[in-house]
Amino acid sequence: MNYWPLLGVAVIVIGFLLRFNPVLVVVTAAVGSGLLAGLTIPALLALLGKSFVSSRMLMLFVLTLPAIGLLEHAGLREHAQRWMSRLHGLTLARLLIGYLLLRQLLATLGLTGVAGPAQTVRPLLAPMGEAAAAKIDPGLDDTDRDELRAVAAATDNIGRFFGEDVFIALGAVLLIQGFYAQHGIELSPLSIALWALPTAVAAFVVQSVRIWLYQRRLQRRAAGLRAGAAD
Amino acid sequence: MLRIEHVYWLIAAFLLYCGLRDLRERRAWHAAFWLVLGVLFGGGDYVLAQQAAGHALPSQLAGAGVIVLALLAPRLHRHAHAEDNSAAQRLQSAIRLGHKLLVPALLIPLVTLLVALFGGYLAFAGRHLFASAQMTLTGLALACVIALFAAARVARAPLGSGLAEGRRLLDAIGWAALLPLLLAALGEVFTQSGVGAAIAALATSWLPTGSALACLITFALGMVLFTVIMGNAFAAFPVMMAGIGLPLLIRQHGADPAILGSMGMLCGYCGTLLTPMAADYNLVPAALLELRSPYGVIRAQLWSAWWILLATFMMMWLLVFH
Repeated sequence: MNYWPLLGVAVIVIGFLLRFNPVLVVVTAAVGSGLLAGLTIPALLALLGKSFVSSRMLMLFVLTLPAIGLLEHAGLREHAQRWMSRLHGLTLARLLIGYLLLRQLLATLGLTGVAGPAQTVRPLLAPMGEAAAAKIDPGLDDTDRDELRAVAAATDNIGRFFGEDVFIALGAVLLIQGFYAQHGIELSPLSIALWALPTAVAAFVVQSVRIWLYQRRLQRRAAGLRAGAAD
Repeated sequence: MLRIEHVYWLIAAFLLYCGLRDLRERRAWHAAFWLVLGVLFGGGDYVLAQQAAGHALPSQLAGAGVIVLALLAPRLHRHAHAEDNSAAQRLQSAIRLGHKLLVPALLIPLVTLLVALFGGYLAFAGRHLFASAQMTLTGLALACVIALFAAARVARAPLGSGLAEGRRLLDAIGWAALLPLLLAALGEVFTQSGVGAAIAALATSWLPTGSALACLITFALGMVLFTVIMGNAFAAFPVMMAGIGLPLLIRQHGADPAILGSMGMLCGYCGTLLTPMAADYNLVPAALLELRSPYGVIRAQLWSAWWILLATFMMMWLLVFH
């Protein structure tokens, strides 16, 4: 067994810890690992180039930027915030948990591209969340705003991940089925997908509770500040 | 017929536009970066076709292009251009336009949804409008174009200002946009150079194989750890399965394959929530939301991932050996 290519993993860990430019770290690790495994430079370049262009779909989100940028220029985020502040029943927790449920259900149906950080979180969910948080505590600072946006992005990720595994025609289930088929175990996609349901429910409960705790923390802090101001 | 290749050409056109604008503003490093990337996007199909035909030179050139991008990346300091509309102007515009502003934004998910659901039935003169491969992503690209036209109409702004705003946002994201593609390439190199097999060999060398629980814990943690390293549970699954899942858990201890596969994969998904290597889920959103820390999203996911992992592991342990 050739253990030398593991140094590529070490390059990644050290590079990220020392905060070198991640693009440079990743390419260095790839080149290092490939050379230590005995690939020639032309073969390594071809492998890098081929796998890079094969995953171009991962940059699809840039196509959302012109429309979103134009709308933000015309005040989309300000509008989402104003609208949110008029909807009295819609608290921060209800907004985020409702989004989580919707995202998870859509992913369960295989519709993962419908929502996402560029499509829905930046233009809609994040500004609405900020407005909802401002209803609890009007004095949010930049750190609070960063944290809120991060929670919105996390909710989007968790909804997507633990919904898509339940969908039978998507990568994960087919990969599992394909692996077993190669090794002589025949399973139907449905029997695999069904066992993702318990975790889907657990993920929804965990993230909902965390959102609710986050809202309660904001409320308590705001109440503390008000009590402090009243003294 | 609309195919995913057309979408790549559209992205290439946008990247080349950004590069040319940088060139005119004499920002040479930025210009070089976006132009090289634009050429890689536009020429990608040619590269893949030549590679399939057995000609390696175009892929080698593409690989050299990737190295050039890596060398240029540290020179791109990400900076948000100042938004040229003041907050007061934006608020005024928001009050004037009201809910009309939401229409183009909602068109993006809506058109994508419609294409995903009904795109397969659309035909013109006997030919399908959308190729069945990657139809949802083609739909998303179409939705973005429609939304841009709608946004220009609502805001009464020329289309060109949409491109300029898009470029402003792309500059704020900078090289982070590239990371998902590079990490996918890294995963490929790791697989080819046997990193997975080496890790599986290390894990099994000290494992007490007689204990079903020890094997299951190693399998679950291995899925998490390997996903953290590779940035992708799909890369971790075959390695952990071939190393521990199939020979020890299924063949020796009689674990249920459907449960082990499904829940093992989900343990890996918890790892995806924790790693900067899954840049498209963790680092790109942080850049897109203009968080000051690139690890803000991971921090927000840390405890969720831990509790979901724990719940999944407990359920797996209770169910898998019956």
